[in-house]
Amino acid sequence: MAERKPRSNVRTAAIPAVVALGMLGMGFAAVPLYRMFCQVTGFQGTTQRVDEAQAATVKVHDNTISIRFDANVERGMPWEFKPLQVTDTVSIGARDMAIFWAKNDSDHDITGTASFNVEPAYVGKYFNKIQCFCFTSQTLKAGQEIRMPVLYYVDPAILDDDLAKDVQQITLSYTFHPDAASGAKALDRTGSGV
Amino acid sequence: MATTADQFQAHAEDHHHGADHKPPFFARWFMSTNHKDIGTMYLIFAIIAGIVGGAFSGMMRVELAEPGIQYLDTFARWFGATNPDFNSTLHTWNVLITAHGLIMVFFMVMPAIIGGFGNWFVPLMIGAPDMAFPRMNNISFWLTVAGFCSLLCSAFVPGGMGNGAGTGWTVYAPLSTYGSTGPAVDFGIFALHLAGAGSIMGAINFITTIFNMRAPGMTMHKMPLFVWSVLVTAFLLLLALPVLAAAITMLLTDRNFGTTFFDPAGGGDPVLYQHLFWFFGHPEVYIMILPAFGIISQIVSTFSKKPVFGYLGMAYAMVAIGVVGFIVWAHHMYTTGLSVNTKMYFTAATMVIAVPTGVKIFSWIATMWGGSVEFKSPMVWALGFIFLFTVGGVTGVVLANGGIDDVLHDTYYVVAHFHYVLSLGAVTGLFAGFYYWFPKMSGRMHSELLAHIHFWVFFVGVNLIFFPMHFLGLQGMPRRYPDYAEAYTQWNQVATDGYMIMAASLVIWFANIIYAFTAGKKAEGNYWGEGATTLEWTLTSPPPFHQYETLPVIEATHHH
Repeated sequence: MAERKPRSNVRTAAIPAVVALGMLGMGFAAVPLYRMFCQVTGFQGTTQRVDEAQAATVKVHDNTISIRFDANVERGMPWEFKPLQVTDTVSIGARDMAIFWAKNDSDHDITGTASFNVEPAYVGKYFNKIQCFCFTSQTLKAGQEIRMPVLYYVDPAILDDDLAKDVQQITLSYTFHPDAASGAKALDRTGSGV
Repeated sequence: MATTADQFQAHAEDHHHGADHKPPFFARWFMSTNHKDIGTMYLIFAIIAGIVGGAFSGMMRVELAEPGIQYLDTFARWFGATNPDFNSTLHTWNVLITAHGLIMVFFMVMPAIIGGFGNWFVPLMIGAPDMAFPRMNNISFWLTVAGFCSLLCSAFVPGGMGNGAGTGWTVYAPLSTYGSTGPAVDFGIFALHLAGAGSIMGAINFITTIFNMRAPGMTMHKMPLFVWSVLVTAFLLLLALPVLAAAITMLLTDRNFGTTFFDPAGGGDPVLYQHLFWFFGHPEVYIMILPAFGIISQIVSTFSKKPVFGYLGMAYAMVAIGVVGFIVWAHHMYTTGLSVNTKMYFTAATMVIAVPTGVKIFSWIATMWGGSVEFKSPMVWALGFIFLFTVGGVTGVVLANGGIDDVLHDTYYVVAHFHYVLSLGAVTGLFAGFYYWFPKMSGRMHSELLAHIHFWVFFVGVNLIFFPMHFLGLQGMPRRYPDYAEAYTQWNQVATDGYMIMAASLVIWFANIIYAFTAGKKAEGNYWGEGATTLEWTLTSPPPFHQYETLPVIEATHHH
């Protein structure tokens, strides 16, 4: 037989072993990558965050669009939470402020954070927030009420998107979740009573 | 080829006593490093797991025979509930569907087709004395067994509403995280970790064996198609299973250590779990079917007494299926709010898979065309496979359409589809391989008559179970419920009758095995005759305990 010295089995096996470990790492890396992907592309209705300087450069258009507001809390969280206006009609590119109201109905302090998205999901990349109560956690003392603003505008680029330009109403939705430290474990999140 | 084989055969006979020196019982079966013994253990394990998983499906079919809830209460008691309330009775249904799915995927099809036939015949077909890492092979097997035990344990410990993990085989969050308290889901996740680790090690073993240990002259492009199919499958396992391992590890920490990978309350997203799961889950379905493709190629070629039509196309069609299988996962998630453009991509990509699959189907037909076809039992099973898999493939193309799937998602149409490709496709492929190789493995001939009767009874039974599910699904019957509107009664009764027929066919199968071991003729080395040209037919039946002490040499003119 000709001189054909095959690579040792262990060296050959090392390659697929490294590949498997790499894929394991990729599985975990998917968490931050997915978050970045959603933030960049507005995937799954992820809204965009802009600062004052960026917002100042936006041109206001004549076209208007309706924004519907929705607010709810996670099952078992003893807060009332609602928008103070059901809808707003805004010019595309113009800033608007919406006010949300929340009250802690329990007898202890609770810290919560709001998750958010917009519907239809594909306009997420055009919905820009300059200020939002959802950027940080909110602490309400027992029985405390609070009014919370959202400062936002709809990016005029929406008018150039074939898929999104005919959208007449965007629903902005928030859900308040209790922070882990303030007793999330104590909630009956399944609603099953178990 | 023939001369090589004869020389080798003579050589094996000379050394028969030395090569056949088997270790004592405990060392042979519990500390086994022999690829044939490990393959046998995988097959026996898969049969046992298949009986358990099949019993779960029988419990489901008997409950579904009539509208209303009849037997779930009894089943809940079997899993240790003393006085089950209605919720825990319904939970038992979720436990049944979960256990059935996980057992059939991870502990029946995969061990049988990769661990069983792969271990037995990959080394034999490439002219290798054993697998590259015999001891790792042993670890793979026992990890799988341990995983199965963990899964069975989960049925008897609390899982939220009642005993057992009721999450579906997909283990979606948040049902699998804060929706299922108690240790049952942890046991289920642990079972997947163990089986997954075993499969990854098995995959590394197969890749190394196939790349490094082929006999002289056995180039990659001369390998039998079954070896190609196992090689592609091993790569799919290697790339897909670690992602599942990562995803279920995150489930575990979400459940037990307060992380929020998939919990919006802490900034996570349950949809991410679905992406990770299906990034594994879609290749997983090819992991189950590709080795069956390989088996069918060997059988069709053998009984047509012709080389496979378009060998290279067949091999690279499997590679193509494997590659494209990684970029279509979101077609399982059309109803999670994907944009129209995303759905269009996944629809198109999914349909592309029909092209290499079609290459395979047509090449099998072209192999038979003009061949001297002999309808021995493996060939009949192989033809059944080609027909049933094609039916499942056609409904798959229907479901690939994002728009149609919005209507059919989570209906019995989907259940019919994936059982046609798996329970009828992969399992029929397993039986084809069983009848093809059983005499080679055992040294005893089975009864051809019983094998044919087994086929026809099984064929009628499974079609009666699953074909009506297309109608039920199109009429809107949702999956994963133990009860249904009365209008669905008739086809559900037909399906349950079909289950009984299918179960009867298994009795014939076991009778055939008993017949073979008691009254079966001794099998010759090549009992299928001139059409069987791969290397395992150059050996005795059963092959010596250690084969190929002198490596066979494959001549350059050899055809596949």
